[in-house]
Amino acid sequence: MSNPILQLHDLRVEYDTAAGPALAVDDVSLKLEQGEFLAIVGESGCGKSTLLFAIAQLLTSPAHTTGGSVVFDGVDLTSLTPEALRAYRWRDISVVMQSAMNALNPTVTIGAQLADACEAHTDWDHARIAKRSAEVLSMVSIDAVHLKSYPFQLSGGMRQRAMIAMALLLEPRLVIMDEPTSALDVVAQKTLMQQVETLRRELGFSVLFVTHDMSVVSHFSDRLAVMYAGQIVELGTTREVFDHPMHPYSQGLMEAFPSLFGEKRDLTGIAGNPPSLVDVPPGCLFAPRCPHVMDECHTVRPELVQIGPHAVRCHLVNKLERR
Amino acid sequence: MSEPVLKVERLSRQFRVGGFRSRGQLHATDDVTFEVAPSEIVALVGESGSGKSTIARVLGGLYPPTSGKIVFEGKTLGRTLSRAVRGRMPMVFQDPFGSINPVLRVRHSILRTLKLHRPDLSKSARFDEAVALVERVGLSPGEEVLRRYPHELSGGQRQRLGFAQALASRPSLILADEPVSMLDVSIRIGLLNVMKGLRDDEGVSLLYITHDLASARYVADRMIVLYAGRIVEEGTTEEVIATPQHPYTKLLISTAPDPRLPFATSGQSDDLGEPPKVINPGPGCRFAARCPLAMEKCRLDTPAMTQLSPTHRAACYALDLEA
Repeated sequence: MSNPILQLHDLRVEYDTAAGPALAVDDVSLKLEQGEFLAIVGESGCGKSTLLFAIAQLLTSPAHTTGGSVVFDGVDLTSLTPEALRAYRWRDISVVMQSAMNALNPTVTIGAQLADACEAHTDWDHARIAKRSAEVLSMVSIDAVHLKSYPFQLSGGMRQRAMIAMALLLEPRLVIMDEPTSALDVVAQKTLMQQVETLRRELGFSVLFVTHDMSVVSHFSDRLAVMYAGQIVELGTTREVFDHPMHPYSQGLMEAFPSLFGEKRDLTGIAGNPPSLVDVPPGCLFAPRCPHVMDECHTVRPELVQIGPHAVRCHLVNKLERR
Repeated sequence: MSEPVLKVERLSRQFRVGGFRSRGQLHATDDVTFEVAPSEIVALVGESGSGKSTIARVLGGLYPPTSGKIVFEGKTLGRTLSRAVRGRMPMVFQDPFGSINPVLRVRHSILRTLKLHRPDLSKSARFDEAVALVERVGLSPGEEVLRRYPHELSGGQRQRLGFAQALASRPSLILADEPVSMLDVSIRIGLLNVMKGLRDDEGVSLLYITHDLASARYVADRMIVLYAGRIVEEGTTEEVIATPQHPYTKLLISTAPDPRLPFATSGQSDDLGEPPKVINPGPGCRFAARCPLAMEKCRLDTPAMTQLSPTHRAACYALDLEA
């Protein structure tokens, strides 16, 4: 596997605010292989959704990409004109938005909305559009009769799956999902995740999946990136990060959700709140909340260092490793 | 067991749905009977549409029951609740962004609750009490928090404020309607710990409404599982989680994501189905359509609750077979 479909180099995104620029994505570098499922987890405000928007080139003012590149299949998307980008959207890269339940137009049938996307991006005739629409709906286990249904006639889980069907219309190579499961309850969530997984295996597209609830992706993603305050603080294979989290923040996240099985014990979660992204302090951004904070954490910004199977951004981990 | 704080007997609430002439009756909750003991956290769990929020809203007096009896602190409640009863049984709502008036300072809501429900306090005593209340739920320094506006607080802090406000009227039972579902995973546990603290230190009972079984296990003493408006299983938290008897409870437990479990992706895409809309329901078990064990009998008659242990009950015909 050495043919990355997507490569980010030191991607930076800033929001203009009254108090000055807020650094929402801070020099993020990532590689995504063809067919790979990469999950990005973090709290609200850590920049995970902004990162997805930057990759899809969907940022609007006051957010701007201020540095770095997004290379998709050898082409830097940041250098393309909006017209040139249109050729990539939907055909190569599609996006499933957060609260996709409300992303469907309530006054238009599902079929018309699928056709709309086809008409904008292909020169297919009506018969072909109708055939493909029925096909993608059946992929997500929705009967083709619902092409004539309006969104309100579908349940939340079905609407969410219809959005995924829409994203798969033109067989993209990369599907970007921004918390598609957060409005669903557990049973619908599991159905959806299993369907995404099956489709990925069948069709071979890559998935970039953002969520704040890492238990959702724990059994599905190949690799996991933990984001904090605009930076990736830990990156490794999903199992590895769950079994041996190295960054104190990832360790805190692991301790933050109760389990259904095993011994019942008291959990503490992570005290404090994420830092303001305007006027970022020097040193490690997690230092004010970190239980293992040391002197140098307040002054020197740690780098993302590859340690065995993980990449970790932490002075303490580096120190222990050097010993 | 001491006298329960709350006794709910055969509570039903129906809503008329459809147009002006429609005879559709949505059975949101049907024939629900349960009790809450002093200093006890009872979790009401179920999918969206299972009627769990309807129960909380009927109890909180937001709408009257269609039929059934509610006995609170030994008194049968009428159709409208007195201020005293509402003070003893306040609600905490799901959405921390929508449930606090954004144009008034934090202190307003707390001081107002104190003024209405505890008129004996002098103005200065009221302020001291407000400071104590917000500090009780982990918001400190209290005086400074009271001066802020809601937009200056994070979601987790706002939800803590919701509990402080509920606590202001010296409740014996707090109705908490999905209080953590809109919060980040890392923040949730702190709030669940606040709930446990209220039970252990203040002797308050809580009715914790959620679809998250793991968090219910973490805080609750007993658990009631609802499906399509009916109770399907009830027992101590450990009984229900460790030895679930109803097929629906088993489904819920099997779909709960848990990263601590061994890594196993089934890869199969089985649609786990969705809860029915209970409009003018016929007889029979409401889970029958999704149930792997469904028998002829299940479609004809509603199963009654079977007592499995002094604390554990479930409503399923398959249980009788095994017995």
